[in-house]
Amino acid sequence: MDLAYSQEHEAYRDEVRRFLENNKDKAPGSGSTAQDWQQLLIENGYAARTIPTEYGGAGQEPDILKSHILAEEFAHAKVPPGHSGDNRIVPVLLELGTEEQKQRFIGPTIRGEMQWCQGYSEPGSGSDLASLQTKAHVDGDDFVINGQKIWTSGAKTAHMMFCLVRTEPDAPKHQGISYLLIPMGTPGMDVRPLKQMTGDSFFNEVFFTDCRVPTTEIIGKRGEGWNVANATLKHERGGLGDPNQAESRFRDILELMKTETIDGQRLIDIPSFRDRAMALQARVLAMKFNGMRVLSHTIKGEEPGLPRWIVKLQGCELNHQTAALAIDVMGELGILYDESPYVRNHGMWQHRYMMDLGLIIGGGTAQIQKNIIGERALGLPKEPKFDKPI
Amino acid sequence: MEFMLSEEQRMLQESVVGYLESHCPLDRVRKAADAGETIANDVSDGLGELGIPGIVVPEDYGGVGLGFLEAALVAEALGGAVAPVPYSATSIMAPVAVLAGGSDRQRDEWLPKIASGETIVAVGVNEQVGRRESEGILASQDALSGKAMFVLEGMEADAYLIADSSGALHMIAGDAQGLERTKLKTIDRTRSVVEISLNATPAEVLANTTSSREPLLATIDAGRLMLAADTLGAAQAMLDQSVAYAKERRQFNRPIGSFQAVKHMCAEMAAELEPCRSLVWYAAHSVRAIPEEARLMICHAKAHLSEVGRFVARTATEVHGGMGFTDLLGLHYWFKRIGFNRQLLGAPELVREEAARVQGLVG
Repeated sequence: MDLAYSQEHEAYRDEVRRFLENNKDKAPGSGSTAQDWQQLLIENGYAARTIPTEYGGAGQEPDILKSHILAEEFAHAKVPPGHSGDNRIVPVLLELGTEEQKQRFIGPTIRGEMQWCQGYSEPGSGSDLASLQTKAHVDGDDFVINGQKIWTSGAKTAHMMFCLVRTEPDAPKHQGISYLLIPMGTPGMDVRPLKQMTGDSFFNEVFFTDCRVPTTEIIGKRGEGWNVANATLKHERGGLGDPNQAESRFRDILELMKTETIDGQRLIDIPSFRDRAMALQARVLAMKFNGMRVLSHTIKGEEPGLPRWIVKLQGCELNHQTAALAIDVMGELGILYDESPYVRNHGMWQHRYMMDLGLIIGGGTAQIQKNIIGERALGLPKEPKFDKPI
Repeated sequence: MEFMLSEEQRMLQESVVGYLESHCPLDRVRKAADAGETIANDVSDGLGELGIPGIVVPEDYGGVGLGFLEAALVAEALGGAVAPVPYSATSIMAPVAVLAGGSDRQRDEWLPKIASGETIVAVGVNEQVGRRESEGILASQDALSGKAMFVLEGMEADAYLIADSSGALHMIAGDAQGLERTKLKTIDRTRSVVEISLNATPAEVLANTTSSREPLLATIDAGRLMLAADTLGAAQAMLDQSVAYAKERRQFNRPIGSFQAVKHMCAEMAAELEPCRSLVWYAAHSVRAIPEEARLMICHAKAHLSEVGRFVARTATEVHGGMGFTDLLGLHYWFKRIGFNRQLLGAPELVREEAARVQGLVG
């Protein structure tokens, strides 16, 4: 048990802090664009850290602690962190893409010029993703795609889609899928926004009618798409339920309870509210220390096991409960939304309460997470399967 | 940055767990319980040979001189085995009190015999945590009068460490004049609590506890941490038994663990319990490494483990179906151990209020 950082990492933290002090004014929102900010971060090695320089990255050695320090310091300074492009597609391109694909896609993606959306879920294929029905057949040098995707985040603004389609209809369901790269706006593709309970329209439906892409726009071989997709799902699940976010939201709620009043009394001074806040704080701390344990194993190259499997399930639930408490302590003020008189932060906590429920469902539902914990971590038997070709 | 157990800590854990697995199986626990004993002397002696009674006593006083994380690992192992062995009071709270509140002479007198296991010291601080029916203990000169309820490990004790109404701590010999001991029957048959009634009973105050409450608070902290760790071990044992049962028990031609209804109960227990381990580790580590955080972390560990412990105890019982409700399986020994730990030294709401006070949130 040693919670101190090495001299090298302490020095790195100082360096990052100095950089943030000197360059905070260049962060997006205050005159500069997100892309300029990202470019500055890449040049200083604070974004796209481990992406090789030949693809436009900072080309540094992987160092989990340095990434962790970066995340902490940027969060502390309340400055948008850099990114490594899209953490779903870039790792896949690096691992499985052809040299030509890496050259063409990685640079623009990490610079923020090229945005991606994910074409996985379908109306009939959610938790059972491998049953997907969107089809592609080969005609000359092209795949011809027909079918429908749903829950496609950011499809309105994205430039490219990575997409799972069934190319081998006679193979068992996991072996008939290919992983295709499709430019948004290709003829035969129709994007329709899907309005959410929050009032936003971040998700979309995407319809394909004889939509053509060259047969070279594939990652891996035909029929190998399921394995390629699993690599990306791993990356996406890893990010949901981040304990740093839960901790920062807990700080927000304490601040709220110290400033808002009811009958002239601070909310924190009401014992029943205070008790709920303390119960929540214990959960936030437990998940924070669980995160430190995951990190410690990861640094050593060890598989953390159960402490990692539970992060998505517990972390998303914790965020949802934090929002719920904020709404409850605000009483009637808690229902105000958007631009209403008396609204606090544009109804941020109601928005989070709904969004966090979305995240409990998205990225592998809570029930799928429990299957994963039960089967992979506890070794319980799977449900009997009745898979057959589709 | 390394938030994990060291090689030495894992070895300690393995040796205590290993010892209890071979010397304190459920049959041994039952035998003690059926005889109305809250101490299995052979197990207690065996742990004594491993140095457990002196785990936090400095080497200068004949102890092992380890820290609170090691002490918590032992408590976790004892909870896991529902071991009928005095530990939290005599091996942890009493030495903490003597170290923090005793004079040099008192340390010399008490610590070696606590560390060797020769003397078992029960601890009664309940009136300083939350006084119920007892009128508390009044000190006058070198004598005490009054009643102390819920004195932990009282049936096994050779001496009693009792807080008076001002928070000062006193050592009282087991055979002192005017001392009466009444066993309180609890749900948990693996540990004892007693009521001590004193009538002008001679006692010796720990020298530095009349001017400062800190030794008392450190003693309560240490006890709460041990109860939290004990619950961690007991809850983990219930989860492990549930998983094993769900793999083995078949209905509708399938192991019941292949049904999501049962699988998800197991997954929820694991998901709730696993972060508790990190919380207990951090709280234990903080006692010496980050003392300014320790009281807050211990309050959270005590309260949160009580809540998660209760959830695991009832869910694990449900996974076992009707068998979980019987004495046959013995699952209730863990259920009751967890229930005991929850109530002692402050139930969750009370301890959470203290967590709020510690961080200045109580106006």
